[in-house]
Order: sequence, then structure tokens, then C-alpha cells
Amino acid sequence: MQTTLAPAFQNRPDAQEAAALLRSCVHCGFCSATCPTYQILGDELDGPRGRLYLMKQVLEGDRPTAKTRLHLDRCLTCRACETTCPSGVQYGRVLDTGRQLVNEQLPRPLLSGLVRRLLAVWLTGPLFAPAVAMGRLLRVLPAAQAAGVVPHRLHARRMLLLAGCVQPALSPNINAATLRVFDALGITLQVAPDAGCCGAIRHHLDDHDGALSEARRNIDAWWPAVEAGAEAIVLNASGCGTMLHEYGHLLRHDAAYAAKAARISALVRDVAEVLPALVGQLAPRLRERQPQRVVFHPPCSLQHGQKIRGAVESMLTTLGAEVLPFADAHLCCGSAGTYSLLQPQLSRELRDRKLAALGAPRPEVILSANIGCLTHLAGGTPLPVQHWIEWLDAQLA
Amino acid sequence: MDDSAVIESRPEVIDGLRRLLPARALLVAAEDTRPYECDGLTLIRQRPMAVALPETEAQVVAILKLCHAHQVPVVPRGAGTGLAGSALPHAGGVLLSLAKFNRILGVDRRGRTATVQPGVRNLAISEAAAPFGLYYAPDPSSQIACTIGGNVAENSGGVHCLKYGLTLHNVLRVRGYTSAGEPVEFGSLAPDAAGLDLLALVIGSEGMLALTTEVTVRLVPRPTVARCLMASFADVGDAGDAVAALIAAGIIPAGLEMMDQAATRLVEPFAKAGYDLEAAAVLLCESDGTVDEVEAEIAHMSQVLRDARATRLQVSTSEAERLTFWAGRKNAFPAAGRAAPAYYCTDGTIPRKHIGQMLKSIQAMEQRFGLACPNVFHAGDGNLHPLVLFDDSDPDSVARAEAFGAEILEESVRLGGTVTGEHGVGVEKLNQMCSQFDRATLDAFLGVKRAFDPAGTLNPGKVIPSLHRCAEYGRQRVTGGAVSFPDLPRF
Repeated sequence: MQTTLAPAFQNRPDAQEAAALLRSCVHCGFCSATCPTYQILGDELDGPRGRLYLMKQVLEGDRPTAKTRLHLDRCLTCRACETTCPSGVQYGRVLDTGRQLVNEQLPRPLLSGLVRRLLAVWLTGPLFAPAVAMGRLLRVLPAAQAAGVVPHRLHARRMLLLAGCVQPALSPNINAATLRVFDALGITLQVAPDAGCCGAIRHHLDDHDGALSEARRNIDAWWPAVEAGAEAIVLNASGCGTMLHEYGHLLRHDAAYAAKAARISALVRDVAEVLPALVGQLAPRLRERQPQRVVFHPPCSLQHGQKIRGAVESMLTTLGAEVLPFADAHLCCGSAGTYSLLQPQLSRELRDRKLAALGAPRPEVILSANIGCLTHLAGGTPLPVQHWIEWLDAQLA
Repeated sequence: MDDSAVIESRPEVIDGLRRLLPARALLVAAEDTRPYECDGLTLIRQRPMAVALPETEAQVVAILKLCHAHQVPVVPRGAGTGLAGSALPHAGGVLLSLAKFNRILGVDRRGRTATVQPGVRNLAISEAAAPFGLYYAPDPSSQIACTIGGNVAENSGGVHCLKYGLTLHNVLRVRGYTSAGEPVEFGSLAPDAAGLDLLALVIGSEGMLALTTEVTVRLVPRPTVARCLMASFADVGDAGDAVAALIAAGIIPAGLEMMDQAATRLVEPFAKAGYDLEAAAVLLCESDGTVDEVEAEIAHMSQVLRDARATRLQVSTSEAERLTFWAGRKNAFPAAGRAAPAYYCTDGTIPRKHIGQMLKSIQAMEQRFGLACPNVFHAGDGNLHPLVLFDDSDPDSVARAEAFGAEILEESVRLGGTVTGEHGVGVEKLNQMCSQFDRATLDAFLGVKRAFDPAGTLNPGKVIPSLHRCAEYGRQRVTGGAVSFPDLPRF
């Protein structure tokens, strides 16, 4: 698809990149088929092909109105379209630029801008954890599973672990379980105390500069350990993993950080990438019991963002679970970071559809791999919802 | 004409639509309607006066009646994946999207039928039928996205149509409305209906005769097993001859497809199907049925292919591998986006015995027009899908691509074939219709159109060329300038 950049954008690298990426779109429409919002709304403007067209218009100099912004805002950035696209269009990157250009030309109304800024500060700031604790105390929020004992043994093999921002508050057991499983495999996971939010929250709330600052802070926090030979940066929240993979791209024009960022991105491994080669060692330690009937909801950030498909399912099968197939596993559950807060109606509709599909084969537990999906799904089902590594941890005797 | 002028010209229509539809279901501003300016054929584009996205059948009927009363053209649209511009909007018309009609109304397991709304995706029907061991056989390469309404409009084919037939052979009943909003129903659940076979007439009529709102399709049992045999050839002519040899041997494969070397090299990076990239052409031959049937047929096909100078044979050993073999073929068109900014695909169909000759002609055209053209096609049907790769930012390249495509279609007619095997005529092949048919035949087509749509408001200007256009095309071909639709904006 040919895009003729408007004079105002001709010298902007981000606009040039978006126009170049749009070139590979041949307008076949395959992407609509796997777009969650198109399935619900039935308007091509709420599907990838239409959104690309809307952004092409902006790049060509048409002034967008709030309607274009609404269609772009409704995108979950699940990137199912990228998995479907035979031409290899990097839709997510075009969308990042498209949203930014629209917001530059049409600043958000005061209130909606404020809500986004507050959310970014709130979710990634120091007050979030105490607030969650308070919510639990007042029984507004359900109790979290206790984290249990955390190992402190030092092994020869060492990797970094991103502790995350909202996850430790919402579900402290995920990190603890990850530490225990890796400890059982003879790997020490180090948490750099200065590392924090990966930047995805700010990135998706229009605060691109804030996201880059967080990326630089994390790089600085990890760099000594990277230089000391850390094998990998391990993540147990696939949403953060997708963001870390982007560090190299996002900081490519930053002379001081470009090389380091690329190195960091290359070191990123989801737990689902590290463990398949190692879980065999856990076999002697598995509790003997009836195979449990589980469903695994692959987060979009895992299957589309990081293109890790099937690894968790086959690992769970190896570990003795009965992994049940369900319909439309490629579709988003509607969590999508802060989407569930900003687009509650669509988000809820997607969650209900996802839970119906997950529940159809009558599982005993729903497993997933990202804190956003886990919290979102747990809000709509009486079934237990866990990170798969918590499930694995619980199998160990 | 800018959009304000269009709206001013028909404010009563826009006002009427506003009264009929909720705000979310009507697009009028250029910002919202431009993304609808073309379907899968991006060479030709036209912004509509309005896009209507009705949510109920009552709204559909009301839109038809309103437009009919005001003599405003209505162009139906499904997923917009068509490759011939059958859903190209009309400047002064309403583009009527049926995308929201995406419900499967029922699967009748015992009757082996499914009744669905027109916006249901082709693949979604097979997914819904899968728990009963059934599927919907016609499988266009765009089946993940294209809708059954569009399949009915185009009489779509697909890989499995050699054995299982086209849309026409797999649809039992179509319900819809005429341009005046009068209900019509074609076909029935019985194997045959009394009177003229209007169902056969409506299927493939590209939305010119009636607007489809409900379709009952035939489902077939999923075979116990299916396996795909991939054969390499050192020469495209050999591959073409092998296709003829298979059919002559009395084999009707469940799929019989060819990809030339340029095509396999194009799709391999996406599909990772393990295609033989050194072969001049690869044939994909599918066998389905019981385990014994498939084993016997694979052996028979292997023998015929070896005798036909196949240089390498590989049989899929698992269902996953079979699907991988097909993945490249099914994604070949859009994968062209990896090799060039744009592609132009036509679907001329020729007698199978001329496949080798046709491929050699296309190779000569590549030199003459200075454009690459990988080939994938439904070899068993002689249905070509040459992918002319071009640069849509270069007007000269665009003109050469169009001339290239037109010449392939002319060559198809010369070889005793037809200008379209399954994509339809739309606006893309209006010129070549002048070559394929004489004026009396085209006038008879117009007579059929008028019988269904006397006012001429339903998808006008598609499929049947005007006398004027044919005269113009004749002159153009004499002078050698082959840019069609010079008055339309380019993508």
C-alpha cells in the first residue's frame, strides 16, 4: 500500500518507518478474521485493515477527528493480525506511531488525558501495593494466594528476573513460585532492586517518553549483572516480555543506550522458553496423582507478541496435565493491559466469550502466563485461575 | 467530486439513512468512508456516498427500499476480500456491509446442512460443523476471512473444488431481497427444485440480481484421512503435462495445485513448508478418503507422477505436515507483499493441456513488461493465478501491470479458456468480457439483470460491459495503450 507522507511528516523517522511498514500491506483483509474488535463490532474501521487505512490518511496529511482516535483506541494491540498476516505487516509498530501522530494533532480532552496520566502513575507507583493490601483488608478485593517460602540458595547458573510492578502486589505467589522452580533446577534468579515497571503501561497510555525513561532505568539496573555474565533476563509476565523485546527498537536512535538496549532485548526469555529444555529434570520430584484437567489461555503477548506457541501446552502435558483444547485460542481475553479499564464494555464482552470457550471442555483450573489475563479472567469465573508456573510449583514434592 | 458535494446532491437519502440506522451503523464523512474505497482489488478505488452497516434484516430491507425509491445504487459488501472489484463502491451510492450478519443459525447434523447469515466466514462454517465430523467443502484461499455471502456472489472455488465442486454445487438455498426490497428465495432443501434453476443463476451473479441475507449450505463428512503428495519438476512444461496425465489416469485428487519456482521462493519464508526451492515447479496433490483408499491413490498418483518426469516426491506424514504443505499455497497472494509493494492477480482459466504453453507465454510477457510474475494455480481446473508484482507508487509500473494482467486474460481466451475461473468479473475484467462474448450475449446478460432489477440500482456497472466500453476497449487494443479506467484514481 503506497503512502505519500504529508510534508510535515517527511523528515520524521517514525512517520517514515510507518509509511515503509505500510508498503507491505496488500489489503487482502485476512487480518479482519482474527481481530477481536472486528468480530464484535463488524465495522472494518475497528479491524486492522481499516485502522491501517485510517493511519495512512493521517500520514498523508488528513487531519484526524476523534472518530479516528476512537477506532485506534479500541485496538487491543493483541497483534493477532500480525500472526495472521501473510505479508508480514508489523501492525503494532504502525499503530504506535499512528496513535502518537493522532494525539499530537488532536490533543486528548482534558479528562481522558488526565485519567491516562493518573493510571500510569498509579499502577507503576509506590502507592499501588499498599492500596491493593488495603483493598484486601477491606475485602473489596479477593485475597491473594500467599507467596510461601522463597529460596535463597546461590547456584552457578544465574539469570535475572524482572519482578514487575503490579504483579507482586496482585499475585505475589507467581514470583515466589518462579524462584522455587528455578531453584529446583539449580538456577538462581536475581532481582535487580532498581529495576521496576517494564514501561509497557506508560507506553500504552501515550506516555512514550516516560516509557523510555523506565527502559533506560531498567537497563542501568541490569547492566552490571549482564556484564557479569547473567545468562538471560527471565520474565513470568508475557506482557512485560513483549515490551522488553522492543527496547532495542525503541531506543535505536539513543546513542547512549542503543547498543545496550539491543543486548537486553536479545537476552529476554519468557519462562516458557527457558523451562521446556529443563523440566525433564523435575520428573522425579513430581507428586503422583490423577492427571488434572487444565486449559491454558495463551496470552496475546506470548503467542502473537513473542510468537511463543505450543511450548507451555506441551510442557504441561509432559508434566502430567491433561491439557484440554478449546475454541478460538488465538483470540484476546480483553485484558490487554489498561484496556480493561479504558474500554470496559469491549473488554468485558471479550472476557465473557473467552471464559465461555475456556469453560466448555470442563477444566478444573484455568492456566495462563500474564498477570493481566490472570486478574481479568479471575474476575469472571468461579474456577481457579493460576499462572502455569504456580501450577507447576504446586506439583513439586 | 468531494464528499460534501456528494452529500449535498442527495441529502434526502443521507437523512433517510440517519433515520433508519443508529449513528454507529452509518458512515458518511470521508475520514470514515475512504477505508471502504476498495476491496481486495486495490488498483481501482472509489469512495461511496455512504457506508451502511445494518444490524437487522429489517434495516437491510428499509435501506434497499429507500435507495430504490431515490434511484441510489446499492453495493453489497462482505469481508471485502474479493479480487475483482465486485464490491467496488459507487460514487453516488450506498455501500451496504453485511459484516454484522455473522451468526451461524443452525447446523443440521442429520440433514448435513448449515444455515448461516451472509457475513459468516467460510472457515467458520467448517469450524462449527467439525464437532459433527462434517465440513463445508469449497475452500477459497481467503477462507479464513471471506464470507459465505461473498462466496455465493462470486461462485467461489478453492483447492478442493476439483473433487467437491464449486460454491454452486454446495449451496442448497439462498434467501434475500431484490433491489426493491422484495423478499426472494432460491433453491430449497430438496435435491432439486421445480421450475427454472434460478439458484444457479443467482450464485455467481456478483450481487447484481439480489442481496443475500441467508444461505443454507451442504456439508460433507470429513474424510477419515487426507494426505498431500508434493512432486517436484525440473520443467514447468513437465508439471503441466503431469496434471493432464493424472486426470487422464482417471484420478480426481481432492486438490491439485501447482506453484512455480518464483512462487515457492516467495511463500517459503512465511509458510516454512519445506518446498523444493530448486524445482522449476511443484505440484501439490491431495488424496482423501479411508486409510486404504488414500494409500492406494497415493501409490497410483506417485506412479503417474514418476512417469511424468517428477524429480522428487514427498508425502505428508501427519495432519500438521499436510496443513503446512498447503499453508504456502493458501497464503501465496498476500505473501506477495513481501516481494513487492503490490501485486495484481487474475484468474483466467484454460484447458489443462495448455498449462505448459501458457506458463511459457507468461515467462515471455515477464520480459516484455519488465515485471516478475510468480504463478500459483488450481492446476486440476486449469485455473491460473499469476501474481504480477509491481510498484504501486510508479504509474508506469502500474500501467504495465494492468497491461500484463489483461494480456494473460486475452491469451486465456485465445487458448479456448475463460477470463475468470472463480474471482468474478467485477469491474476488473469488464474489458475482457468484450473479448469473451459478442454483443448479443452481453445484451442477453443485461436482460437477465433487468428482469431481477429493473431500476438497475443493485451493484450497477459490474460484470456486464456497456457497448461504449467495448468500443473503447477495441480501439485501445488496436493502438496498444492498455491502461484501463484512466478516469479512476490509482492506489
